[in-house]
Amino acid sequence: MQLATWIASGDLELGWALKFDQLSAVMVFVVTWVSAVVHVYSVGYMSHDPHKPRFMAYLSLFTFSMLMLVTADNLVQMFFGWEGVGLCSYLLIGFWYHKPSANDAAIKAFLVNRIGDFGFALGIFGTFLLFQTVSFAEIFAAVPGKADARLHFLNFDTHALTALCLLLFIGAMGKSAQLGLHTWLPDAMEGPTPVSALIHAATMVTAGVFMVCRLSPMFEYAPAALAVVTVVGAATALFAATVGLVQNDIKRVIAYSTCSQLGYMFFAAGVSAYGAAIFHLFTHAFFKALLFLGAGSVIHAMSDEQDMRRMGGIWNKVPYTYAVMWIGSLALAGIPFFAGYYSKDMILESAFGAHSGVGLFAYALGTFAAFLTAFYSWRLLLMTFHGQPRADHHTMEHVHESPWVMLIPLFVLAAGALFAGAIGYNWLVGEARGDFWGKSILVLPQHDSIEAAHHVPTWVKLLPLAMALSGIALAYVMYVLRPEWPAQLATRFRGLYLFLLNKWYFDELYWNVLAEPAMRLGRVLWKGGDGAIIDGLGPDGLAATTQALSRRTSLLQTGYVYHYAFAMLIGVVLLVSWYLLTRAG
Amino acid sequence: MGGFPILTVTTFLPLAGAAFILVQRGDEETVARVSRWAALWTSLATFVLSLWIWIGFDPGTAKFQFVEKANWIQGFEIDYHMGVDGISLFFVLLSTLLTPLCVLASWEAIHTRVREYMVAFLVLETLMIGTFCALDLVLFYVFFEGVLIPMFLIIGVWGGPRRVYSAFKFFLYTLLGSVLMLLAILMIYRTVGTTDIPTAMAHQFPRTMQNWLWLAFFASFAVKVPMWPVHTWLPDAHVEAPTAGSVILAGVLLKMGGYGFLRFSLPMFPDATIYFTPLIYVLSIVAVIYTSLVALAQDDMKKLIAYSSVAHMGFVTIGTFTMTMQGIQGAIFQMLSHGVVSAALFLCVGVVYDRMHTREIARYGGLVERMPKYAFVFMVFMLASVGLPGTSGFVGEFLVLVGSFQVNTWVCALAATGVILGAAYMLVLYRRVVFGRMTRDDLRSILDMDMREVAVFAPLVFLVFLMGVFPSVFLKPTEQTVAELIRKFDAQRTAAVADVGAVAASSRR
Repeated sequence: MQLATWIASGDLELGWALKFDQLSAVMVFVVTWVSAVVHVYSVGYMSHDPHKPRFMAYLSLFTFSMLMLVTADNLVQMFFGWEGVGLCSYLLIGFWYHKPSANDAAIKAFLVNRIGDFGFALGIFGTFLLFQTVSFAEIFAAVPGKADARLHFLNFDTHALTALCLLLFIGAMGKSAQLGLHTWLPDAMEGPTPVSALIHAATMVTAGVFMVCRLSPMFEYAPAALAVVTVVGAATALFAATVGLVQNDIKRVIAYSTCSQLGYMFFAAGVSAYGAAIFHLFTHAFFKALLFLGAGSVIHAMSDEQDMRRMGGIWNKVPYTYAVMWIGSLALAGIPFFAGYYSKDMILESAFGAHSGVGLFAYALGTFAAFLTAFYSWRLLLMTFHGQPRADHHTMEHVHESPWVMLIPLFVLAAGALFAGAIGYNWLVGEARGDFWGKSILVLPQHDSIEAAHHVPTWVKLLPLAMALSGIALAYVMYVLRPEWPAQLATRFRGLYLFLLNKWYFDELYWNVLAEPAMRLGRVLWKGGDGAIIDGLGPDGLAATTQALSRRTSLLQTGYVYHYAFAMLIGVVLLVSWYLLTRAG
Repeated sequence: MGGFPILTVTTFLPLAGAAFILVQRGDEETVARVSRWAALWTSLATFVLSLWIWIGFDPGTAKFQFVEKANWIQGFEIDYHMGVDGISLFFVLLSTLLTPLCVLASWEAIHTRVREYMVAFLVLETLMIGTFCALDLVLFYVFFEGVLIPMFLIIGVWGGPRRVYSAFKFFLYTLLGSVLMLLAILMIYRTVGTTDIPTAMAHQFPRTMQNWLWLAFFASFAVKVPMWPVHTWLPDAHVEAPTAGSVILAGVLLKMGGYGFLRFSLPMFPDATIYFTPLIYVLSIVAVIYTSLVALAQDDMKKLIAYSSVAHMGFVTIGTFTMTMQGIQGAIFQMLSHGVVSAALFLCVGVVYDRMHTREIARYGGLVERMPKYAFVFMVFMLASVGLPGTSGFVGEFLVLVGSFQVNTWVCALAATGVILGAAYMLVLYRRVVFGRMTRDDLRSILDMDMREVAVFAPLVFLVFLMGVFPSVFLKPTEQTVAELIRKFDAQRTAAVADVGAVAASSRR
């Protein structure tokens, strides 16, 4: 549905338009539901904040941008929504602007996303060069004809679609916090908790997954790009889960869990199980928003304490929160009949069913990550709610259940975490998926891994469940039966523990290799390049030379007649010799 | 053409206002007040007149419109020849829009020699409009060089502590470039027999001569843009100039360089343009990356924005020389957007400078608590400068990069890194000035923007969003002219190639 022209220049024409198909519909459903729930929750959560109107304004702006993103009918409008949600994310992470850490996190989020957008933008330019259009419908119609086209990018002669898909995928990696560009997401937890739930769990961070699915007609013709997506997704799923094991901030654990789950969605898309990716996106939105809002309720109850080492023993004081956190964790761990069970197992089975090297790689990593997921989820539950109270007396006295305006949203999401999987299964990945998705997703017949997923051996289906249950069991052993073990393990494997605690040292790496040298280089170029070289040789140097010359010239005027006479004599000699020489020549 | 000579009237109306101010007599207080109001009304009237040009402008043709021609210097084929086309139209509007805002922004900040100050601005306006309307090389040169004089005075008289150094640096840099351009104009006059620009555009210059003429013009325009490495006058000039001076400098004066490339270098010397395009690309990319990094290291707000201007103008020169529809339209759009955004950013600095009398970033922090209106306005322009979609900054950058990708992916990829760096220094600046905790005691009583300041910013905020959401309003009028420019360029180029072929063939015989 075309609304108005946006940019028109030469062959490049693009408009403000809304495109509404099944894929957008699912996304719109998720966005509007979670957004509405979070808005309600925020009324309670932010009730003491003096800047509530500003908060609500940002939140609504976010919802607008997100809807623009998912209903875009061309790449550039998608980019508009993409940057718009990035802006809101920046504003909301830095919402408490007097906190330096919040400001740093906000800038970091914006910049890391910019690096991703750099790839996205180049992908758009390349797409325009190849197809002479940026409209989805026209691109998709033209893709089969360009399946073997070449693109000369930088100094490489590349397979055009692979290059474009990879560039676009860099954008998706930034927005969806995939390995390498993930560093902003855990820091983004500096924002208010409802924001973490809405933006950094349910909606915005899944935009990258949405993008890959939306562009499935392009990715399907770029198998190499799909393989990269699979490997990156699987690696992120495992990486983030390992880091989640040792974090102590309740929101950071959930943030790494989000990162890890996004990895699942990507490798699902990578093995062409786009339906499964969106299905997991759909269920994940409910249970992850639930976990975040539940964590927010805990933080609210504990007088803004976020460190799990200072929680514990509060389960009977916040019974509703406790219950919904269980539901969320069960869904996250993929325990049967909760939402995550349907979608996560479908992803793992599709990865196995793809019968490719990268598919098996993803299955192995994903299954192991499922074990870790269950472990850190129950570590979180047990540390937060059980054991001896570790908070000070004053805080413990104030522990209270949240008001209804916060609890009702939790119940709504809990219902989603309970039933979304069972309800969505048939349409999104089951028998009816062909009719449901229609033309909005393209899967080439030879890539149909969801179909293959329905026929994998039984052990493939059972293994993730077994892993999850053993993860829960291990967490129970370590945090209830043998609470001294974690500390002993941390001392024994100190190197590994620190490596995980410091998130594989990604932040330090980037800071030392990119941020700091850039600042230093800037200073050198300024003082050295501009100051010493350009100005020194240019204007200032010229001025100084002129002055020096004129001073020296003035020295020549000594006032002695014989000096002048001598100079004149030399001049005459030179003149005469020059005259003679040129005449002779 | 007959009819109402609207371009002449628009151009010289500010001069009439200046004359009116000059004849005012009375005590200093009265003269200052009258000068302010007279300058404001004159510049507003000029703006309204220029809107009329826009309304009357026919976007369907690439020809010069509102043409006026009169014999100027008898017997030398040098005429008074004015006209606008799609390239120059919006630069005229940009000049007429920014001048009244400058007058308003200087309302309270300038207390000494108010009369002379306002006269300088009105004269400056006449010269700026004239530069963009002139269709005769000599006339253009007079306007183009004339701009230097009031600007030199504005920096040198009303500037900061190092104003004399900066003013001279500015003057010498730009004058050096212009001397070469004057030589080139004389050369063109000798070759073509007239200084009429449309005639010169149609003339085919020999290959080698093109290179020399191109270089001579380049010397002048590169300094104005400014391109790396002749940019060092800009940060100094900005830092010392009064706020309104910076606004005009960044808003309009820099664009004269970009305009010059489009008006002269491309259409008159197509072969030389192709020959030198790699040079432009290299210099522009260095400008984008180098000055972005330098901006990252600045402690002075104005210097930071000045360096960001160099980086943004790097996009303009890249776009101009891609010789694609998107590239050139993007370059024009980027210039307009930068004219609005950088002008507004300098005004933002001016707002706090008027209150605290310092531009040092570290002296600020936590302004949002006391100045929410200011924080909002600054945020809008910060985001526009970063190139967020929906603001004017995005469209220009986007089109330029689309254009450059088609020509050379290296250029595009390297220039696009500037977008990342641009976000870095602007966000850091904003964070250090507006966010954070208010730690300085003297900031606690700082006042938010008053009505006058809101009135200055309101039109700019409106424009930033208008240009971001409905850029077609500004792209459409430039379309025909740019298409014609590219068409002619290609035609002349092929003609030249054919000539070379013919010469080669004849030499074989």
